[in-house]
Amino acid sequence: MKSISNADTRTLYFVAIIAILAPFILNPFPTDSGLAQFNAGYPDLMQRFAIYGILAIGFNILFGLTGYLSFGHAAFLGVGSYSAVWMFKLLSMNIIPAIILSVIVAGLFSLLIGFISLRRSGIYFSILTLAFAQMSFALAYSVLTPLTNGETGLQITLNDPRIFAAENVSGNLPVTSLFGMEMRDTWTLNLGAWDFQFNIGYYICAIFLLIAFYLSIRIFRSPFGMMLRAVKTNQTRLNYTGINTRPYTLAAFVISGMYAGLAGGLMASMDPLAGAERMQWTASGEIVLMTILGGTGTLLGPVMGAGFIKYFENIFSKINDTVLHGWFAWMPDGLENVIVWILHLFTGKGWHLTLGIMFMLIVIFLPGGLMEGMSRIGNWWKRRKGGDENTSEAKSTPAE
Amino acid sequence: MGILDVQNVNKSFGGLKALHNVNLDIEEGKIHAIIGPNGAGKSTLLNCFVGKLMPDTGTVMFDGQSLLGIKPHEINQLGVSRVFQTPEIFSELTVWENTLIPCFAKRDGSFALNALSRVSENKDMAEKAEKMLVDVDLINKKDMLASSMSRGDKRRLEMAMCLSQNPKLLLLDEPTAGMARADTQSTIELLKSIQKKLKITMVIIEHDMGVVFSLAQKISVLAQGTVIVEDVPEKIKGHPKVKEAYLGEAQV
Repeated sequence: MKSISNADTRTLYFVAIIAILAPFILNPFPTDSGLAQFNAGYPDLMQRFAIYGILAIGFNILFGLTGYLSFGHAAFLGVGSYSAVWMFKLLSMNIIPAIILSVIVAGLFSLLIGFISLRRSGIYFSILTLAFAQMSFALAYSVLTPLTNGETGLQITLNDPRIFAAENVSGNLPVTSLFGMEMRDTWTLNLGAWDFQFNIGYYICAIFLLIAFYLSIRIFRSPFGMMLRAVKTNQTRLNYTGINTRPYTLAAFVISGMYAGLAGGLMASMDPLAGAERMQWTASGEIVLMTILGGTGTLLGPVMGAGFIKYFENIFSKINDTVLHGWFAWMPDGLENVIVWILHLFTGKGWHLTLGIMFMLIVIFLPGGLMEGMSRIGNWWKRRKGGDENTSEAKSTPAE
Repeated sequence: MGILDVQNVNKSFGGLKALHNVNLDIEEGKIHAIIGPNGAGKSTLLNCFVGKLMPDTGTVMFDGQSLLGIKPHEINQLGVSRVFQTPEIFSELTVWENTLIPCFAKRDGSFALNALSRVSENKDMAEKAEKMLVDVDLINKKDMLASSMSRGDKRRLEMAMCLSQNPKLLLLDEPTAGMARADTQSTIELLKSIQKKLKITMVIIEHDMGVVFSLAQKISVLAQGTVIVEDVPEKIKGHPKVKEAYLGEAQV
């Protein structure tokens, strides 16, 4: 790939390999072992890794490059989901029209919100986007019920027109597919004690993730991306350099809105329903957390942050008291109960507490997020190795 | 009529009359200095040229076009660049990127969705930026973060950024403020050589009389919001009105 530099190509290949091998990498423990609890290699969660990865990559184009902190990105995710479900209801269960429409609608919606919100910067911009997202949530939840099906959420039914779909004779709800490949199709590979699951839907998401990642590399390295970073550091100078910052920030906002729309469309493609809660401010906050946790303004960070949060959400929330008792059954009863009582706060429904502590530790000790942690380890490793051979060389090549 | 023509400009802030019927005529290709005691309205006047302030009355014409009511980036695209009193640079970017951005802004205009080409593919821009950095003697610092440079270097970087756009008019707001003596001298040399080579019209606001008299070909003295004298440097030096403006306060 000549259009991106060697280092970036390596990063892209790295992500591609991880994405292809995810069913193996995320399933390190035998299915029947006690540690199978920590396996994340099942289709549902892997899809979510990829989808939230796309969301975070898009958010990072806005926040990481221009520094404009949007607190309303979940609105675009929700709009994307609703559009996709409508396509499933009206046209067919093919995911392509659904995804195309969700990206377009989210793009238009973000153009409108961005146009208004970007009149202000800093905290005022964040508040404006937050207000818009909450308004969208309220609209979806009650006012626009004919369009969104309110509280229940928008679902496909047997009575939907689906004008391009063949007549449904089975009497079951149809499933989303891509030219006959059903998203839920999963092939399981049994290797000894391990079960590895390969799911069509996940690989579709992974392909979109790779495209999204590649485009974000291109944007980061382009003159456009450079201007966006200039917006973050000094708008006054940029204005006096002949640059109109508004269209730049608006373009970044719309691009990241379209990424969120794509994520929403994919989410509905994996499971054809859309609810208003997807647009709530907690969902927007989660996107911000993912990006900061992984490393704002870095290419790989947001994807890692998304994976990190989704992993904790799904794995820690499943560890309930029964599981804990199972783990510590070998202890004397009194001690067992005390330990379970303490851990109970951090697992199961209390997983947010664990996430909160992790977030605090990372923000305090690694302000650059997980990426900073990795580059520190890399530097330390280089220094250690360099100490044996040549110290000056290690100094002259700082890690990026 | 010169390249920048200022007629009857008035500006008040509340009850304070900052500028009172200011007339200026900046000749093309010359270095024109505006001097005056503190609070004379020098910076206010400069802000009226770049779209930051809107005068209450009067006209500011640049190259036959009014500069009033248009935005800073539009004024820049017409060919006016500005160096600030405290250097305005992209401090979180490298020196190299700092120099590239104005080059791209000059080539692509105020907005271009140039999102899929690589910065490093644009060889012509790189050449231009490199030449500029050699001119201001910052080429060996091109990979440094702009924020980690000395004040003098930042100032020279800012000047390089402005000059890389080949402006028709360069506005300098105290370009040597806060510089070490040696840096001041090299800045004077730099500005002189640029003026000789590129014939860029410059308007300089300056406190340092040494700088003013070694650079300017024409000087306007501003006091209490009006131009009291406008002449060549030799005549300004001993002018009684200028002495009064600078020393008058001390006599009271």
